[in-house]
Amino acid sequence: MINGTVTVHPRADSSLRHDPVTRGLGWVSAALGVVQLLAPARFARNLGVGDAPRHRLTSTLVGIRELGVAGGLLGLPHPAWLWARVGGDAMDLSLLVRALHDHDGRGLSRTVAGTAATVAITLTDLYAAVTRTTRRTSMELRSTTTVTGTPDEVYRFWSRLDRLPTFMAHLEDVRMTGERRSHWRAAAPFGRDVEWDAETTQDVPGERIAWRSLDGADVPNSGEVRFVPAPGGRGTELHVTLTYDLPGGAVGKAVTKYFGEEPAQQLDDDLRRFKQVFEVGEVVRSDGAPHGKRARKEFPQHPARPLDDDERKEVLA
Amino acid sequence: MKANCWISPNTVEVTDVPDPTILNSRDAIVRISSTAICGSDLHLLDGYVPTMQKGDVLGHEFMGEVVEVGPGVDRDKLRVGDRVVVPFPIGCGACSACRNELWSCCENTNPNAGVAEKMFGHPVAGIYGYSHLTGGFAGGQAEYARVVLADVNPLKIESDLTDEQVLFLSDILPTGYMGADMCEITDGDVVAVWGAGPVGQFAMDSARVLGAAMVIAIDDVPYRLEMAASQGYRTIDFSDTDVRSALLELTGGRGPDKCIDAVGLEATHGAAHVELYDRVKQAVRSETDRPHALRQAITSCRSGGIVSVIGVYGGFVDKFPAGSWMNRSVTLKTGQCHVQRYMRPLLERIEAGQLDPTRVITHRLPLVEAPRGYDIFKHKQDRCEKVVLKP
Ligand SMILES: NC(=O)c1ccc[n+]([C@@H]2O[C@H](COP(=O)([O-])OP(=O)(O)OC[C@H]3O[C@@H](n4cnc5c(N)ncnc54)[C@H](O)[C@@H]3O)[C@@H](O)[C@H]2O)c1
Ligand SMILES: [Zn+2]
Ligand SMILES: [Zn+2]
Repeated sequence: MINGTVTVHPRADSSLRHDPVTRGLGWVSAALGVVQLLAPARFARNLGVGDAPRHRLTSTLVGIRELGVAGGLLGLPHPAWLWARVGGDAMDLSLLVRALHDHDGRGLSRTVAGTAATVAITLTDLYAAVTRTTRRTSMELRSTTTVTGTPDEVYRFWSRLDRLPTFMAHLEDVRMTGERRSHWRAAAPFGRDVEWDAETTQDVPGERIAWRSLDGADVPNSGEVRFVPAPGGRGTELHVTLTYDLPGGAVGKAVTKYFGEEPAQQLDDDLRRFKQVFEVGEVVRSDGAPHGKRARKEFPQHPARPLDDDERKEVLA
Repeated sequence: MKANCWISPNTVEVTDVPDPTILNSRDAIVRISSTAICGSDLHLLDGYVPTMQKGDVLGHEFMGEVVEVGPGVDRDKLRVGDRVVVPFPIGCGACSACRNELWSCCENTNPNAGVAEKMFGHPVAGIYGYSHLTGGFAGGQAEYARVVLADVNPLKIESDLTDEQVLFLSDILPTGYMGADMCEITDGDVVAVWGAGPVGQFAMDSARVLGAAMVIAIDDVPYRLEMAASQGYRTIDFSDTDVRSALLELTGGRGPDKCIDAVGLEATHGAAHVELYDRVKQAVRSETDRPHALRQAITSCRSGGIVSVIGVYGGFVDKFPAGSWMNRSVTLKTGQCHVQRYMRPLLERIEAGQLDPTRVITHRLPLVEAPRGYDIFKHKQDRCEKVVLKP
């Protein structure tokens, strides 16, 4: 009845917009592209490869390519554009190697210098592409459950975002800070408190709630819940999707580790607890699993025998 | 307080443990006046149920007096001083399973539902003293117990019936009754019951009150068969009789219309080679359950009949007679008992004198002698049928 899935895939990173390396390379592409398009003959001569029509044409085509990449890097930043630069570099290098091979000797030193510069740029592009691509992944968790209640009732319960921490294990606190604004605080999983602001992006009573973290979140994330009437008066189906944009480095590692081998299990358990809070009023505790929403998954558990005073204080804290 | 704890396979021990306290707002604490040992406890004792842990308090059949209620308990339903029988599966009364009276499949009361879901495909309800797979709730072979969602589950006893008359409403009486209820008994039905343990005895009594024309008990323990015979039921001793031909003989070749498996996963078999086959498979874990009674019930049942399974199974069985089951339109029905569904009507039947649950009690022991109780119940010593423990 609970059915979680997870998909992880590399994704565009909006922070590339503010990445000096990416932007720098974008401007380099733009500058080269403009020169190559406006003055192909001069460009070819300066490179010492001659200005036959064939050389001019090559320069024009490469210029168009550079402008395309520049547009991408500056307009719609995505690591793919950095890889496009690397591909372009490879093409340029092969052209230059051929030029060196067939060289008639005039301006050879300029061609050699140009080749050396291209090698340097290639290395820069490669570095940028590798470091900007592999680190960020987006992880999408989905889960669903059915609860007894009408879509309106379930929607009303969920739309009180400050109630989410009563059943979502990693959330400490959610406060509404404005009409569509909220402030979120998550604990332990990241080894320290993580806070961020979010905005409600969709709010359709009885149907759907969606939210998204605002700029500046350590772990940019978004979520959506749909409330769908189950057939034959069987209550309301909740379909939840959470997306985490995982950064590289220590934070990313901690998050990944927190979600463990079965990240969707976390969300399944959150929804199981949501169902308990909605239908029963609170998360049911047992002697073996007394932690309520901070349920620990590891076995063996506490034995199924009453807790002593210290244990009780700890779990009820 | 004193409590009977599972230590390791084949070892239980009465030890001192902390007194239970309120952990959820709708909890109550019950001072236990009577509790019992169940055939299901033997599956735990013998180590056939996974996720038992050293120190788990056993016991899921108990009753007593409410001594404390949590702040969230509906006082119109339960108060301090009430005398209650506690059903073994924990229901919530609010999920769709509970609303459909499938209490043992409650969707909200098992904190380890995720584990149960992996094992069974879907989770099952919390159960007292019955492994961590069913939630890790401390059981009732103790002086006190914490009762969860106390305003939906326990049955209040307001008449002056004795403990022994009502204690088994917690489990085995409703279980036996559900076994017969699932048989959808109609006029002239012959009902055969595998297992003449306490659950089997109550299944037989229930088949009788639900109108069976003949009830047949199958076991190999002579004194248990005698107990069934004393109630007017026919008996078959499988140690010296071929069950199928005896059943055909008793039914004019038709076979029993309805069959109840009140044995479960630790069935024994008259033929040594069959017994050995399943024991070896069980030992090497390529089969977890020994389904002799189930196999025999399916192949013995008349075509179009119902096989009602109340004996407990935990994992996987081998040589399931799928061909016999399928080709002859046999219906299989089963479940952990939905005790809450049956408690009140059965209380009325007890009050009306139609059922006498006390008839199976052979031993009354103090709680501290629980280990000895397990021993004699398991090894069928001293004509033991049912042990009641007094804290
Ligand atoms: N479904 C439920 O909710 C529920 C509740 C309580 C008990 N149970 C189960 O019911 C079963 C019986 O419980 P009990 O307390 O009567 O236990 P029990 O161990 O006293 O009785 C089992 C009886 O089955 C007999 N038996 C063994 N192999 C047999 C075979 N091949 N054919 C016929 N009889 C055979 C045994 O000799 C014994 O008398 C157990 O599996 C128990 O776990 C189920
Ligand atoms: Zn039982
Ligand atoms: Zn329920």
